[in-house]
Amino acid sequence: MKEVIQFKLNNEPVELNVDGGDNLLWVIRYVLGLTGTKYGCGRGDCGACTVLVNNKPVRSCHIYMEDIANAEITTIEGLVQNGNLHPIQESFVANDAMQCGFCTPGMILEAYGLLKDNPKPSLEEIKTGMNKNLCRCGSYGRIMAAIREASEKMNGNN
Amino acid sequence: MKALIKEIDKPVSEDRRDFLKKLGCGIIVVFSVGNPLEGRTRKSVLEDFNAYIRIKENGRVDCFTGKIEMGQGVYTSLAQVLSEELDVSIERIDMVMGDTELCPYDAGTWGSLTTPFFDPLLREAASEAREVLIELAAEKLGVRKTQLKAENGIIYDARKRKLKISYTDLTKGEKIVRSVTESKLKKASEFKIIGKPILRQDAKMKVTGSAKYAGDILLPGMLHARIKRSTAYNAKLISIDTSSLSRIEGIEIVQDGDLFAVLHESPDVAEQAIVSVEAKWEIPEAKVNDETVFVHFKNSKPKTNEFESGGSLDDGKKASRIFVEKEYYDGYKAHASIETHTATAQYKDGKLTMWASTQTPFGTRKAVSDALGIPLEKVHIKQNFVGGGFGGKIYNQQAVEAAKIAKLSGKPVQLMWSRQEEFLLDKFRPASVVKIQSGLTGSGKITFWDYNILYGGDRGAKLFYDIPNYRCATSTKEGVHPLETGAWRAPSNSTNTFARETHIDIMATMANIDPVEFRLKNLTNIRVRRPLEAVADKFGWKPNKSLPNGSGWGVALGEDVNVYVAMMAEVEVNKLTGEVIVKRVVCSQDMGQVVNPEGAMLQIEGGVTMGLGYALSEDVKFRGGTVETLNFSNYEITRFSVTPQIETVFIDDMDSPPLGGGEPSIICVGAMVGNAIYNACGARLYQMPFTPQRVLEAMPKEDL
Ligand code: FES
Ligand code: FES
Repeated sequence: MKEVIQFKLNNEPVELNVDGGDNLLWVIRYVLGLTGTKYGCGRGDCGACTVLVNNKPVRSCHIYMEDIANAEITTIEGLVQNGNLHPIQESFVANDAMQCGFCTPGMILEAYGLLKDNPKPSLEEIKTGMNKNLCRCGSYGRIMAAIREASEKMNGNN
Repeated sequence: MKALIKEIDKPVSEDRRDFLKKLGCGIIVVFSVGNPLEGRTRKSVLEDFNAYIRIKENGRVDCFTGKIEMGQGVYTSLAQVLSEELDVSIERIDMVMGDTELCPYDAGTWGSLTTPFFDPLLREAASEAREVLIELAAEKLGVRKTQLKAENGIIYDARKRKLKISYTDLTKGEKIVRSVTESKLKKASEFKIIGKPILRQDAKMKVTGSAKYAGDILLPGMLHARIKRSTAYNAKLISIDTSSLSRIEGIEIVQDGDLFAVLHESPDVAEQAIVSVEAKWEIPEAKVNDETVFVHFKNSKPKTNEFESGGSLDDGKKASRIFVEKEYYDGYKAHASIETHTATAQYKDGKLTMWASTQTPFGTRKAVSDALGIPLEKVHIKQNFVGGGFGGKIYNQQAVEAAKIAKLSGKPVQLMWSRQEEFLLDKFRPASVVKIQSGLTGSGKITFWDYNILYGGDRGAKLFYDIPNYRCATSTKEGVHPLETGAWRAPSNSTNTFARETHIDIMATMANIDPVEFRLKNLTNIRVRRPLEAVADKFGWKPNKSLPNGSGWGVALGEDVNVYVAMMAEVEVNKLTGEVIVKRVVCSQDMGQVVNPEGAMLQIEGGVTMGLGYALSEDVKFRGGTVETLNFSNYEITRFSVTPQIETVFIDDMDSPPLGGGEPSIICVGAMVGNAIYNACGARLYQMPFTPQRVLEAMPKEDL
């Protein structure tokens, strides 16, 4: 059943007439046209579809539209502010923390959530915090280094 | 416009001529990436170019190649090489990759071949282009050629720096086409960019989500296709009941033989619709599963083909004091790229345009043209990034399916395989058995080597140890594999390296010699010794070092596409649970000229990390043609938690040709970890992956 659902996407108000049972991932990609959010498994196993809902990383493949009414959604496209990369994005670039890049948007948003909860994570805490995001190209070591660097930068700025 | 078309100085075939005519202005140098494996000569390579560069009128440089970027970093390393030899900054280079109308034909991106075969030619092409520019500049500036130098897109008089002209000004209104002649290349000592660590040029696109993959192409009015699948290979569709679909608004049906698909503008609706369709399949009886497959292998009568031999096995046996005979087992592995096979396609006015996740855009074009029965020119595969390939994206089934659906429906269509389809329709790395018989003298010299691969490939099985008497053979039989098999990052090499290096370790133990010393004792090939010595040094290997209980060290050597690898690992085994933690890995690769040490390191780390999956946890479970591991929850690839510290040492040689680095690092992981497990707890493992259960079972009983 179609219904009107309102929420904020990357700081802009959005109003959509969609089925409450529609998948957030597909709506983001195909109704809103933001394709940085990826499909990897559709079951919550890989993290390629990670977005922020009210500043918390969630698996958009597992979220229905009715669950996000009035929420604030941030996708990878929304992380750039005034043309500047977010410090996490910057450190991913500086550390070459990707290869094919397909897992990258999800990794960055998961890392965003991790650093929100724990601004100075240890290596072990990064491993545990990021463990449900998969990268087949094997960029984990670089991603951990990038997250550490971002954490330093972000704490320095505060 | 003064269109000065100079004759190309080598014959070019008809369609190539046409191709060149269509190109706009600029200075164009065509060249071809030959693959010696295909037996092509330098001459045939020139007649049939498959890449070119163009310095455009605006001074930017295009590099056109049929290669694709799937993570291996050629988008960056090729631009780097071009930038070096042409003396322009890397920011001014645009890579145009894998577009079948813009780029000349290319067989495909695989086998770590791009760097060894593409780099030298690209450098020659760039240097040729620079020569053309210098000739033009000499004319325009009225200065002798020998007096001119190029730097950062400008040519200037070496004696009077103010006398200069930019590439942009030189290129305006010109159309000059050249092929590569014997060009003068820079010497390693002159390099400014080659050999320097350069960050990925595609990184910014990838961190902002703007990098486009096949599924990120959204066409107006596009519908999402979902296909009804059987749960097993080779199933035949008997009947299909579509009555449930009549209730769904806007649904379209497409059927072509066994291919049954539904289309809808919403992927959610398309998914629900396909689930609601009831299909009956005839599924072949399940005869083999992942446990019985090795017995099945042994019971089938294969044809044996000897690929290498020397000396006499009998002589070797006579000279032996110690005999070792073992069998090694490896199961099927999936590619499991995070991006599933995807294609976005539109059929309009008799022509099919497509974006596809593929390692072979030209192979896709051919497959689609065959499937639709339309000429090659009526299929256009466009450029996009590929979200991981590893050999899995060379088969293009999704592209053919999407093309058929797009043609039948007449609408723009996107087909994105689900994760389940990805696992089910994969062409797996083959399961295989390797049998080795060998002997040793009393002093630890290997006397003979009898090596038999059952149902796997022979990549990586060539002997590099000094063994006077040897025989290596593969045994195969058509149709023996219950699952479809195909290329997987360095196909079969990981299995061969696991078997050989485990066996070498066992011999070292029986001879009571340290595994590194034992290898060196039986190895004169300097190209293998060098990385081994380098890795031992960096790792801090010491014979008979006493380690904490449950900790162990392991070593393995390997060869892939002429790159030699040596690796060492430190592991920790939990003797109660059998769990293995790899703590530290050091890898050394002898890879000739290293164009981008940063990129090469990335590839090595990636190979080691991915390799830990096949070594420790990846195993395709199946029953007949039905794959049971259809999700990441039961097909365990490497995660953050199992990622060790990885260090690399290059044996580089800037004056020698570059070699490919994408695959070699993965091959030693299994053997290295297995040997370290043995060192840690005495459990000798003959089958990958080394699951906790297998480790526990192999642990010497007195240790429990
Ligand atoms: S696509 Fe959502 S977790 Fe994999
Ligand atoms: S970079 Fe390819 S999956 Fe992570």
